[in-house]
Amino acid sequence: MATLTAVRPAFGGFSFDNCKRNAVLEIEASKVGCSVPAARKTGTTICGVVFKDGVVLGADTRATEGMIVADKNCSKIHYISPNIYCCGAGTAADTEMTTQLISSNLELHSLSTGRLPRVATANRMLKQMLFRYQGYIGAALVLGGVDCNGPHLYSIYPHGSTDKLPYVTMGSGSLAAMAVFEDRYKPDMEEDAAKQLVRDAIAAGIFNDLGSGSNIDLCVITKNKVNYIRPHDEANKKGVRFCLPNSCSA
Amino acid sequence: MRGQPLLSPVIHREKMAAAPVMMPYFGQQISSKSDLVPDWTRQEVSTGTTIMAVEYDGGVVIGADSRTTTGAYIANRVTDKLTRIHDKIYCCRSGSAADTQAIAEVVAYQLGFHSIELDEPPLVETAANLFRASCYRYREELTAGILVAGWDKRKGGQVYSVPIGGMLVRQPVSVGGSGSTYIYGFMDANYKPGMNKEQCMEITAAALSLAMERDGSSGGVVRLASISEEGVERRVILGNQLPKFSTH
Repeated sequence: MATLTAVRPAFGGFSFDNCKRNAVLEIEASKVGCSVPAARKTGTTICGVVFKDGVVLGADTRATEGMIVADKNCSKIHYISPNIYCCGAGTAADTEMTTQLISSNLELHSLSTGRLPRVATANRMLKQMLFRYQGYIGAALVLGGVDCNGPHLYSIYPHGSTDKLPYVTMGSGSLAAMAVFEDRYKPDMEEDAAKQLVRDAIAAGIFNDLGSGSNIDLCVITKNKVNYIRPHDEANKKGVRFCLPNSCSA
Repeated sequence: MRGQPLLSPVIHREKMAAAPVMMPYFGQQISSKSDLVPDWTRQEVSTGTTIMAVEYDGGVVIGADSRTTTGAYIANRVTDKLTRIHDKIYCCRSGSAADTQAIAEVVAYQLGFHSIELDEPPLVETAANLFRASCYRYREELTAGILVAGWDKRKGGQVYSVPIGGMLVRQPVSVGGSGSTYIYGFMDANYKPGMNKEQCMEITAAALSLAMERDGSSGGVVRLASISEEGVERRVILGNQLPKFSTH
């Protein structure tokens, strides 16, 4: 018993018609032997952790175009508001523009309310926008900040679902980073311990995931201060061989 | 087409011989050939799930597991799928995480507005109808199976089921999600009308444990809540404290 599908005339809202056309074009192109230009993706390892006085966000700095590293030192921790920052994984353009748009809207909102913006507000704005575009905006985000209600950390997926957690990882290297977190996370850590934990989690992503690499950026957000440390750790200096202690292949 | 993780964990009981082509294309992302980005990062987040709601005289008991998956990776192992819609009305979410979160937030807004207009706590049936309105209108685009449960002054404890497709039906007991298929038999055998709150809590915890044991998309902890005239009482049963049924 099939249901009848009548073609609804489009009344407002985003039209996804071209997406089907694009999918067909991609198949046609591969038949002829050429390939559609790949969007630059931040392969990525990003993560965040809530500690006693705030949140620590971390990210690697490699941006890939297919199999090639397009940018060895890109910045993946984006400014949202003086007390809120957001790491982005997925399509680089999408994360950049999405965070800029919400940052702009949040500043206007903050002027209107006369208050410092809350992390939950940024979360709502981001998830509602991503849901509206039904996952076609490939932005996977780790949103963190400190507001009047304390420190908060959210993970936001491209389709618009969010999770509020004490520690999150996203991106292709997220499994490696999550392994570090699951082993060593403790509630109410001190700032130095939290920074070391995030540094180690990103390092795990950098060394075990091909889509992540180069340096480690950190952003420590506390009630009155933001410490944007870029780079925190130059894990892959040019010309310096990576050697495991006690073993080195020539 | 890039894999459709939404479909396999979610049951299709309510759809009679539905053509698979009707399922949302909108759920897929444009494919990229990059091998560096593994498959599961491009798959939609699904609350694989087992959810359950039981009426008793004076209120309802609701329960859910706590696992959210993207493909084979568990994105959140401590999810709270029992979402507050109003003071004494909650919903249990299954299906696509993005879809159910968006719908629940819209309904919570609509119901809050309606309640202020009424100057009275809203009815559970009203909340259920708001869910049904969204789920039916956008049935082609959404993957959401929801249980609406709560207490109001007019009819006491009520459970309404709004499965995929947007049907609305009131039931004394309802289960949902991918893990529910494993516990229909258990429910039919063990549920008896006229149970009190503690018995409902026990049967919910037992049923969810059984489903979590068998369903790969369900797991983590068991979250329970009871809603009655007195208010909402929430409990968490951790993995090692779950009732055990296996002898080996």
